[in-house]
Amino acid sequence: MNVGILSLIVLGLAALGYVLARRRALAVVQGDARLLHSRTGYYGQLVFLLTAVPAFLVMAIWLFLQPILIEQRVAENIPGTAIPEGGDLTLVMSDVRRIAGGIDAMMADGSLGEAQLKDMHADQTDIRARLAGVGIALGAEVSPAVFEAAKSYRKMQKTGALAMTVVVLGLALGMMGLALSRISATLRARNLAESFVLSLLIGASLVAIATTAGIVLSLLFETWHFFQLYPARDFFFSLTWNPQFRGGSDLGFAPLIWGTLYVSLVALIVAVPIGLMIAIYLAEYAGKRVRSLAKPAIEVLAGIPTIVYGLFALITVGPFIRDWIAQPTGLGDSSSSVLTAGLVMGIMLIPFVSSLSDDIINAVPQALRDGSYGLGATQSETIKQVILPAALPGVVGAILLAASRAIGETMIVVMGAGAAAKMSLNPLEAMTTVTVKIVSQLTGDTEFASPETLVAFALGLTLFVFTLGLNVLALYIVRKYREQYE
Amino acid sequence: MTDIARNGSSAPAPARRNRSLLEVDDRTRRRNAAEARFKLMGSIAVIIGLLALVGLLTSILLNGMSSFRQTYVSLEVYLDPAKLDKDGSGNLEKIAKVTTFGYKPLIQKAMVATVAANGVDDQGLKAKKIADMISPEAPATIRDYVLANPDKIGETVRFDLLAGGRIDGYYKGRVTMETAALDRNVSPEQLRIADALRDAGVLDTRFNWAFFTAPDASDTRPEAAGLGVAILGSAYMMLVVLVLALPLGVAASIYLEEFAPQNWFTDLIEVNISNLAAVPSIVFGILGLAVFINYAGLPQSAPIVGGLVLTLMTLPTIIIATRAALKAVPPSIREAALGVGASKMQTVFHHVLPLAMPGILTGAIIGLAQALGETAPLLLIGMVAFVREYPAAPPEGLFDPASALPVQIYNWTTRGDPAFVERASGAIIVLLVFLLIMNILAIILRRRFERRW
Repeated sequence: MNVGILSLIVLGLAALGYVLARRRALAVVQGDARLLHSRTGYYGQLVFLLTAVPAFLVMAIWLFLQPILIEQRVAENIPGTAIPEGGDLTLVMSDVRRIAGGIDAMMADGSLGEAQLKDMHADQTDIRARLAGVGIALGAEVSPAVFEAAKSYRKMQKTGALAMTVVVLGLALGMMGLALSRISATLRARNLAESFVLSLLIGASLVAIATTAGIVLSLLFETWHFFQLYPARDFFFSLTWNPQFRGGSDLGFAPLIWGTLYVSLVALIVAVPIGLMIAIYLAEYAGKRVRSLAKPAIEVLAGIPTIVYGLFALITVGPFIRDWIAQPTGLGDSSSSVLTAGLVMGIMLIPFVSSLSDDIINAVPQALRDGSYGLGATQSETIKQVILPAALPGVVGAILLAASRAIGETMIVVMGAGAAAKMSLNPLEAMTTVTVKIVSQLTGDTEFASPETLVAFALGLTLFVFTLGLNVLALYIVRKYREQYE
Repeated sequence: MTDIARNGSSAPAPARRNRSLLEVDDRTRRRNAAEARFKLMGSIAVIIGLLALVGLLTSILLNGMSSFRQTYVSLEVYLDPAKLDKDGSGNLEKIAKVTTFGYKPLIQKAMVATVAANGVDDQGLKAKKIADMISPEAPATIRDYVLANPDKIGETVRFDLLAGGRIDGYYKGRVTMETAALDRNVSPEQLRIADALRDAGVLDTRFNWAFFTAPDASDTRPEAAGLGVAILGSAYMMLVVLVLALPLGVAASIYLEEFAPQNWFTDLIEVNISNLAAVPSIVFGILGLAVFINYAGLPQSAPIVGGLVLTLMTLPTIIIATRAALKAVPPSIREAALGVGASKMQTVFHHVLPLAMPGILTGAIIGLAQALGETAPLLLIGMVAFVREYPAAPPEGLFDPASALPVQIYNWTTRGDPAFVERASGAIIVLLVFLLIMNILAIILRRRFERRW
């Protein structure tokens, strides 16, 4: 049965349980609700939760585990001879899945019945032609073992789905019956329902941990996979990046790191002085009206999606730099360059630096300013010699956060920095970054077997470690060196 | 003992003693100049920031506004039964066998006839070249019409057909007579015919509704490309994000803000949330690819996967906003509720949560806006695929391949024809308008319902 319909049925059962529970609670005390421990709605709520939540939980776990178990069972039954020369089990398994899907499609359009399928064997029928008829294109002829595997895969899937339906509905009904039978005047329904809700709330907050765990585990697992296919030494120390989809590629990450750092550096050189000066001006000099207009206007920059900056780099800044700077000086002739990407990324980071620094400068107590003015300092001297030193840890934190943003930024560099992996000092040349290569290695056809694809996970892990490190460092600096006033 | 007294060298200069304080000396002048310079630097920085914003927006607007207009040619096409329905049976299956190639001659004939009927000099062009002024999408338009109305075969029907991309570009200033002379796809003669047809009222440029409704089109026909599938796909993803991220985020925030004890476990959750807020978005794409597609076997390019990835990404934003909103509800409300005998859970759900609702919704809308503009993770889960079919209605449609607005923009920028750059800029305007509406909604919500305690 369809998962959606099954969910609806479970929800319907739960709603029914709500109504029944309220009735039963009233019946237990002969309609005098004052004799009940809780208000009738809580009995309903309790039964509703007990019916729906365990059933959904089991369904989720089932949907999670079933594919793994079935794949394992089917893979065990595929003989080694069915695996073609140079291929591997994962490719065969993907064929199995597609054939199973094709059989389902044939069943759906009525060209094949269950009974016929039983007598259908790969050595008698031209499976490939029939599958092509329903839009499933296979690379090679179907071997009998693979076809049998597909049949058993499909059968197990059907059995699994049926079993899940039975188990889930049985659980929902059972829990509903059990809960209804327990209703009595002294049942502490409100307390039970509330602690149930509390556990749901805790569950929701665990999603954050699960996400982090998912990220770290999937990155680690695939990276480990990658290092089994490709020597770690070459990844870390080779200075060339040259993926070949036929094998024999050089996958050194140094040029990518270089490009990433270079672009980020340019971006910070643009963003930090401008952002800091904006923060100082708005916090110390600007009148109320200027501040109330300029501050939101600059923060609009932060709300603009990065794809817009990417397009800006591609159609405006890139050609401008090429025509007015790169070609006249003869230093480069492509419109995508480190300078293009860095400049545009710098613009993106301005509001980031300015609003963080603004908050920090505003947090410096007025007494410090007054003291400095009292000693005869001008406003700019006060800012340079009193306020900025007091705000320094916070400002450094803000810059580090901006740097971590710059390193992880994708669209601007994809559209502005180019795709050539180079280690050069010339900012007018096209270079590439870690994020660009993650995108280019993972878009398109993704079979998780070649080092050329898996390298993206190693790059992703590098990126994750870098940004996480910068964030932790920023937090540490802010906490450790923050001046405590009052 | 101060330093000044000890080394004695900084005793006031004798010259200073006799001068008025109102007279500005060199040193003061220098300090005042430094002050003015510093202030000027500040205002220059603000101006640079504002100029960047203005430059960004005008560059996109200038490039993109023209995509909201499109050139059409109005043609009387004779739906020839000899070509479309050879045996005259009216059998729909037979009619469907005629591919778009079968419709091309009809358009060619109609186009040549129209040129002649309006007394336009054909500039010595061959019939095929004249027909090339019409978009290659046109046969498909007519075929769809015929399949929908088979009884019209044999009649002459007026169609508004898309003009070719270069003809359209001519009226938008992208193509000129000079560039046309060098272009293989268009010739100056065609442009002159187009001008004459325009004078005759056959060809005109009007508002481009198809840009919002049509699906993507192939590399050679930018004039037919639209945002229909992308807008639908983005809407589906926003639906998934709203349905999943809002309840999850609110539930997590309620726990952390109202119930969680101060211990290492709560700390762990909080550290996790603030870390997730700082993880680059592309890493979420890798997670989606590895877990949802590779492991769980969900289909590529499906809005459900995009929605799940974006949910995980917006969750920290929503949690942070919700916690701030909950925190803003004064403790006196809680104490009053507890005082009249409400349980902790009742206090939160009956009193605190409704009061925090405007703040929560504002945060949710801002989170959604962020998710709507996000591109990088969607590239990894296969949303860049070329999709022409509209996804079905949800819930099945969530598993159909679709595109998304920002990914469609990226996709168009990678194509060769400059007409696609115009389309991409136009699509960005659409995206920005959506974001503007969402942000205005958030501001209105905050202004209308936020209470100051």
